[in-house]
This record gives sequence, C-alpha cells and structure tokens, in this order.
Amino acid sequence: MSNYIRAFSQDDIGIIQLDRPEVLNALNREMVDEIVAQLESFDQNNAIRVMIIKGNEKAFAAGADIEEMVHSTPLSLEMVNPFAVWDRISLIKKPIIAVVNGFALGGGFELALHCDLIVAAEDAKFGFPEVKLGVMPGAGGTQFLTKAMGPRKALEFIWLGEPMPAKIAYQFGIVNRLVASELVEEEAMRLAYQLALQPPISLRLIKEAVHAAVDLSLQDGKNLERKNFYIAFASEDQKEGMQAFTEKRPPTFRGM
Amino acid sequence: MNFETILYEKNNKIATIYLNRPASYNAFTQKMNQEITYAFKLATKDEEIRCIVLTGSGKAFCSGQDLAEVDEQTNHATFLRERYHPMLQTIKQTPKPVIAAVNGIAAGAGMGLALAADFRLMKENAKFVSAFMNIGLVPDSGFLYILPRLIGYAKALEVTVLGKPIVAEEAKALGLATEVYSEQDFLEQVENFAFQMVALPTKAFSLLKRYMLDSMHTDYGTFLEQEAYAQRIAGMSTDHLEGLQAFVEKRNPNFIGK
Repeated sequence: MSNYIRAFSQDDIGIIQLDRPEVLNALNREMVDEIVAQLESFDQNNAIRVMIIKGNEKAFAAGADIEEMVHSTPLSLEMVNPFAVWDRISLIKKPIIAVVNGFALGGGFELALHCDLIVAAEDAKFGFPEVKLGVMPGAGGTQFLTKAMGPRKALEFIWLGEPMPAKIAYQFGIVNRLVASELVEEEAMRLAYQLALQPPISLRLIKEAVHAAVDLSLQDGKNLERKNFYIAFASEDQKEGMQAFTEKRPPTFRGM
Repeated sequence: MNFETILYEKNNKIATIYLNRPASYNAFTQKMNQEITYAFKLATKDEEIRCIVLTGSGKAFCSGQDLAEVDEQTNHATFLRERYHPMLQTIKQTPKPVIAAVNGIAAGAGMGLALAADFRLMKENAKFVSAFMNIGLVPDSGFLYILPRLIGYAKALEVTVLGKPIVAEEAKALGLATEVYSEQDFLEQVENFAFQMVALPTKAFSLLKRYMLDSMHTDYGTFLEQEAYAQRIAGMSTDHLEGLQAFVEKRNPNFIGK
C-alpha cells in the first residue's frame, strides 16, 4: 500500500499521482521509494506502455521534506544513502512523462528531470532553492540541469536559487510542451497515447541510445545505437512496420 | 479594507479602485503602487468580482510618479523593479476585464497605468500626456510595449516623442479610448460599461486576454496551438453551454462567468 502516491492505469498508460497536497507534494524518502517501486512495477507490467507522473493543480512537487533533513549528519546521510534509490529511475525502460502544474522545486524539479519528457503549464515554476537553505541539490539536479542547459546557465539558476519560469525552461529544451494550465494533464495524456501507439521495443531501444548519448563518447554511443538497431530486427513489430509500409496501411504494433 | 492611498469599493460584482491622493492629482507613491497591486490581487481572488474599474478621486486620473520621491540618488532601474513591475504584472495577469475610467489627466506613468487596462473610457475633458521626454526620461511602466501594440508604431512614436497632450476625442480616434462621455454622464456610463463586462462569459474573456496581446510577438504556429487550448477550455465552460442553449431558445444568454 502506498501512503504518499496514488497509482492507476488508463488503457495502456500507467499514472502515478503524487498525493501529499497539504505540503505541496514535498517529497520524503518513503514517497520517493513508493514512486520508484511503482515505476518498476509499471515497467514490468505488459499492459502498460507509457508512464506519467503528475502532481496536482498547485504543485508537481515543491521540494523535499526539510524536517527529515534538519538533524542529518554527514555520517547519517552516508549510511542511509538517501539518493541512491533515485538511480533506479534511470533504469526504467518505458517512456516516463512528467506533468508539471504549479511548482517543481528542488527534489520535485529533480524528479521531473529524471523523467524522459516534461509537459508543463505556461505558468509553472521550476527551481532549485536549496542554496537558500545553505545546501545544494542532491538528487541529480546539478548534473541534469548542466547537461540540459550548459554550465553557465545552470550555475546562474542553482547559485541564485530563483524560480525558473516554464517559458525559460521551454526555451532551454528542458520542457517539451508548454500548455495552458487547465489542459496540462489532457495534453500530457494526448502525448502519452501518441507514444503508446509507437512500437514499444523501438521506444525502449531509442530511450537507451538517447540517454547514452549524454554520457558516452561518440564512437561508444554509435556502437550502442548500432546494436540496438540490430536488436530491433528481432521484433515482430519490425516485420509489421515494414510490411505495413509496403502495403501502404497504418501498422499495429504489439510490443513483441 | 484599510488603504491609505486608494479606496477599494465592491458593488454589483464590480470592484472599483480609486487612486485617492487628489491633492497631488493622484501621483504614484511607493505605498500607492503597493496598494494598487494588493487591490488587484484581492479583486482577482474574489470570485464574485467580474470587472475591475480603475479611476481617480477628484479632478485627475493620475499625474504619474510623485517626483517628491525621486532625487539624484534614485536608481531608476531598482525603482521600476520594486514599485512598478509587480503592479503591472499583477494587472496583466488578472483574468478579469479591467477598465480605466479616465476621469481627468493621465500623465506619465499614470498614462502607463491606463494603457495597462483592457479598456479606456474617457471623460470629455480628460487628457493623456506622455510626459517622460520632457524630463529627459524614456517612457516606462510598460508604455513602449503596450502603446505601439494599441495604436501602431508611427503614432506611438509621435505620442511619446512629440509629447503633445491627447485630448479625449483624439484618443478615441486613435483607438486608445473605447468611449468618450460627457462630464455629467461619465459615472453612469462607466457603470453601464462595467455592467456590460460583468455580463460577459468571463472565462472566455480571460482566455482571449491571456493570448491576444502576446500574439503580436509569437509565431503563427505557436499562436494557433494556443488558440486550440483557449477554445478547448472555453468549449468546456458552463457559459458556452448556456450560450448554445440561449441561441437555440432564441433568448439572451445568462452567463455566470464559469
């Protein structure tokens, strides 16, 4: 049973709703554990093709639970290793879309950055306010943001800790789609359904190759891409896709 | 509500904000910038309110910045960021119709304030003056953004550079003023206009306002996508259903603003 999230599916879309509205969905450790476990469960569920993580109208997630950290010591953090669980999000194979209405701050922004795509409201606000508490992002924020917008802009935002309007995040390619706040969920679902029609095996092989491009040398990345390209030919969807193309009809992909 | 520099009145779904420093022709002080901002937030939050009217107490609408608060130590950038920008952003972001009932002279930032409204209704002897160049400054308070969008670049250049007062009839001819009313009819006509705003499908109005001004600097593709958002949201509104129903039944719609 989950205490801090609600999980359900709609057709082949797996949805995780962050559910601590009284604290603007601030993330505590148990909540992150629940999110990761649910993503892994959706990832293993053959009926699910795409996942969505969403908050509510006011916030995606406004940071981490500060009370949980007030009495932390370097050694207590080393022993608990609270950020390690986040690494498992990067092992998820299916597409994950973050739906951001309102605030995505600190850990909330990091959770969105762990997702593959971000759909945000025109008036959403991203940011890393950690610096104002005398600390810094700890769940991948400095790494993800730097890879997304380059060191100068990343330093400016993380140093100042000021909110980044969705429009700026969009201009830097951090946000995929900017949408009227009333329609963020609807538009994210539209995108999810569009992805759910794509061949699932191609999507996961593409996801692995694209994320690898961020870290690997060009040659290593091209080697990985090539192998994934070959693997795609083991799928029935490859045969269906090419068959449909020659027969001039739309393909139906079954994820096999 | 206790304000020092403005009056805030709520009546028949209309919030009226009076700039209330008549002795100095309602010139802006820091306090007044803050109180206007607060009053707009109040009216925006108040679900009963469906129209906001800005007007001046006494003879003037607003004579612009009170120069008693400006001296050689003033950092004009900081001044704008702290005093005017929060006020102007709040006015732009309110989804409700904003009327500037220009009851007398609107000069400098006072004209800027009127430009930030959605509609300008003028008393026949009221005037707009872009006074900035006369004291060696550039027009601020959003002036140079909004004015050319309202009346075109050439006319905006004339207004700001030549600095001649624009009397009410001329303002109407330029498209700056929606209506000009006589001295004795002014209050009643402003109220009638506000009632017209109150009766609008306020949700649809807010979507129109959200996207139209910015459409002038977004590309066509982006705008068409925004138009689709706006229409989807309006299409789900209660007022849209009411509008359709009223059309079928050949009666006037009764919009509730949702």
